[in-house]
Amino acid sequence: MRDPGARASSTPLVGGSAEPTLRDLSAPGRQAWSLPDLDVPRRNLDLPEMADAPPALPEVAERDLVAHFTRLAHRNFGVDLGAYPLGSCTMKYNPKVCDWAAELPGFRDLHPSAPAQLTQGILEAVVEAERILCELTGMSRASFQPPAGAAGELTGLLIMRAYHQEKGHPRHKVVIPDASHGTNPASVTLAGYEAVSVPSNAKGMVDIDALRAVVDEDTAGLMLTNPNTLGLFEEDIEVIAQIIHEVDGLVYYDGANLNAILGVVRPGDMGFDIVHSNLHKTFATPHGGGGPGSGPVAVVERLIQYLPGPIPTPAGDGAIVWEQPAASIGRVHGNHGNMLVVVRALTYMLALGGPGLERVAQRSVLNARYLEHLVGKEYAIPYTAPCMHEFVASAENLKKETGIRAMDVAKALPDYGFHAPTVYFPLVVDEALMLEPTETESPETVEALAKALLEIADVARQDPEYLHDAPHHTPVSRLDDAGAARSPVLTWFMEDSQ
Amino acid sequence: MDFTPHSDADVTRMLGILSLERPEDLFSHIPEHARLDGALDLPTPLSEPEVMARIGGMSARNTAGLTCFAGGGIYDHYLPPVVRALTMRPEFVTSYTPYQSEVSQGVLQVLYEFQSMVAAITGLPIANASLYDGPTAGLEAVNLAVAATRRSEVWVSRGLNPHTREVIETFAHARDLTVIEHPIVGGRTAWAHDAPGEPAAMVFGQPNYLGVIEDYDEAVALAHDKGALAIAAVDPIMLGTLRSPGAAGCDVAFAEGQPLGNPMSFGGPVVGLFAVTEKLMRRVPGRLSGRTVDRFGRTGYTLTLRTREQDIRREKASSNICTNQTLNAVAAAIHLSWLGPNGIRETANQSIQKAHYLAKRIEQIKAVHIGVDSAFAREFPVLLPLDPDEVVLAMAERGYLAGIPLPHHYPDLPGGLLVAVTEQRTKEDLDGYATALEEVIADA
Repeated sequence: MRDPGARASSTPLVGGSAEPTLRDLSAPGRQAWSLPDLDVPRRNLDLPEMADAPPALPEVAERDLVAHFTRLAHRNFGVDLGAYPLGSCTMKYNPKVCDWAAELPGFRDLHPSAPAQLTQGILEAVVEAERILCELTGMSRASFQPPAGAAGELTGLLIMRAYHQEKGHPRHKVVIPDASHGTNPASVTLAGYEAVSVPSNAKGMVDIDALRAVVDEDTAGLMLTNPNTLGLFEEDIEVIAQIIHEVDGLVYYDGANLNAILGVVRPGDMGFDIVHSNLHKTFATPHGGGGPGSGPVAVVERLIQYLPGPIPTPAGDGAIVWEQPAASIGRVHGNHGNMLVVVRALTYMLALGGPGLERVAQRSVLNARYLEHLVGKEYAIPYTAPCMHEFVASAENLKKETGIRAMDVAKALPDYGFHAPTVYFPLVVDEALMLEPTETESPETVEALAKALLEIADVARQDPEYLHDAPHHTPVSRLDDAGAARSPVLTWFMEDSQ
Repeated sequence: MDFTPHSDADVTRMLGILSLERPEDLFSHIPEHARLDGALDLPTPLSEPEVMARIGGMSARNTAGLTCFAGGGIYDHYLPPVVRALTMRPEFVTSYTPYQSEVSQGVLQVLYEFQSMVAAITGLPIANASLYDGPTAGLEAVNLAVAATRRSEVWVSRGLNPHTREVIETFAHARDLTVIEHPIVGGRTAWAHDAPGEPAAMVFGQPNYLGVIEDYDEAVALAHDKGALAIAAVDPIMLGTLRSPGAAGCDVAFAEGQPLGNPMSFGGPVVGLFAVTEKLMRRVPGRLSGRTVDRFGRTGYTLTLRTREQDIRREKASSNICTNQTLNAVAAAIHLSWLGPNGIRETANQSIQKAHYLAKRIEQIKAVHIGVDSAFAREFPVLLPLDPDEVVLAMAERGYLAGIPLPHHYPDLPGGLLVAVTEQRTKEDLDGYATALEEVIADA
């Protein structure tokens, strides 16, 4: 077996046999739980709808469950183990001081219905985070109710809808570039709109003529990421915004790539009207294996009245009160949003301050540009514009020469101690490898990542079979995804019925 | 603070290799007039001790130490230290959505076990890998029903959590759905059996928002008679002792999953639970972790039935959800495995017993009544002779978070205060609460 010979994290995942499930570890009579005896007189309440037996949960001892979940953790890669260049996901280092902040009892143990008089501290945190976010995006006010990016998109589209509705008609179409994230068109449908796709041009940017051709009085707005999903700054952004504004449409900023422009240029100054940010990307809150995130939506002055509410707002006497925007679209979360994620993000913002936030943009672009430079000779870069915080390379040449595809390259990287890049996205690039090193990786790590990518290309030429079978140093390799979808087994109960 | 590793020399060296002079040159292709020319009004950087002092000060300005009698979906149950210790493993905390299954077996297997245990408590065979919270899970349930029945009317009980109803209303408005509310009488839903219309779904809480145990058989039979899906919003801890929605014949169950493994967290991040019958499997929103084998035949787990999802299906996806609440689901799975069948049942039973003890004590207070005449579980409305918002503030001075004032959502319950009890409340807490409430009313 090849020894990739990088850092200690090269083979962080313990291979070998499978970890049993909790059900395998269960035996009748085992117990981890412990509660005091009931200290009020037990009465026969004779309640309706009582179950005959308790639910069929496993019975495991605490020692066994601790070993189980710890071993499962060993079978998972995370940013704390090594570089995670998963494009469009901004997997940067998550500072521990932010975790500390979210664990403070004064935040953690608060019930959401506690009145504002008893929760001034967390409301102050939200107000401060809102102020900084608006300053960075060039917006006027924000709501932190949306619990993730996709929820932010939907919220923004409902604001768009409310804006047009008030003028008499909600309109039917929302324009999105063909390279957009899948959440964009899915959110458009959920908001009751029809998604109209606009192609990118040879430079990897929105085709202005094609945009003009689809925009009319029935266009509610446009959703755009800038830098776009190719990692390129849309140079004609002001023209794009103008085209939409000419028909009184609204321009929506998908904040997936906000990291690249912090303190450099603001969506508000480019002509955007609605901005969602992903606190779990740009503001370093941990992604938790797929959440919790936070997708606050910020808007320009004329759209404040539509924001989901209520929103914490400083009153005249300095106290912070909950205020409902005048024409609010309503509630988009059961409570106030992912508040502890906001606390983490605020901690990050305050630690970095203005200069630190600007440095985030600079160094994320510097690292991406450096990595692009180091691997560009082997993996073609289909567009000539300089990349921002991420770039899309193509394994098309490698595939023609060796049969090794982008997926194989991605599957080989974990053997070198790195997470895989995003592959086959955006769809406009064949054999796409989307790499985002983020600003928190050292030059040495970027160089080691580049070295691994180049070595994989060498291996592709010498021993393609080896790569077809990669990864070799992980607990499992090349799972049968098709089989999983053909005969789904989603719970223990489905195992039994097979 | 600075979390970038680069020294100035590193930056200079890298820029040199890229044939650039200054860091600003990295942005020279951005139209100059769009670029910021002056510094923004952003805070001055702080050292770590300074940040901790600043944030610690904000935390201290909250009154979090009150003995909690508030519920409405978010409950103050006992959280064993083992849940935080394991949930905060950096491999779980700092990983992305498990698209690359080879390096994500830990999260994928936990999600598979989470799905299995959510299926176990709901009595339904299929559960997903989490949604944002209870109310947004309710919206997804309505979306599923609308798609499955191709109908556009939804019947909801007024006993459904008002925030869930508001979230449904927000989206119903945009989607041209008609939401018809059915009243509660004496605390229970009085379904209008003869109401016209073809509902896609009938949605109700079990127990409902006022804590009352609804009649499953009536709701499920009526829903199915109308060709609608029966959708129950459940309390996961109460499923330790109540009949499961699956056993009762419901098609979909959803829940605010916070009581499983998650602190109250000012209402978020929490976790939405979502379970369905096998027939509805391909309409489930969100992630699903499935069991499969690798190229050596070893058992492994992978995200599956992906053709439902937004990144594959785009505008035709069953939902737009991408990032969900995985870490909160991990916490829920650990807590459920710690509780087991008997722990969850004992937690449920103690909460119910203590709630009924407290209700008896409160009933003895002059001019105070229990606001329902139906059987309730661990939560109940109290009707006070005073403004409940004022009572909450007065009770806070005595060390209690007294409950959730109801008139904002139920104007027909003036003086209403929703009181929730968990197994954590001792007899001393319960007696102390009743005494304090009596004092507050006597002082008024």
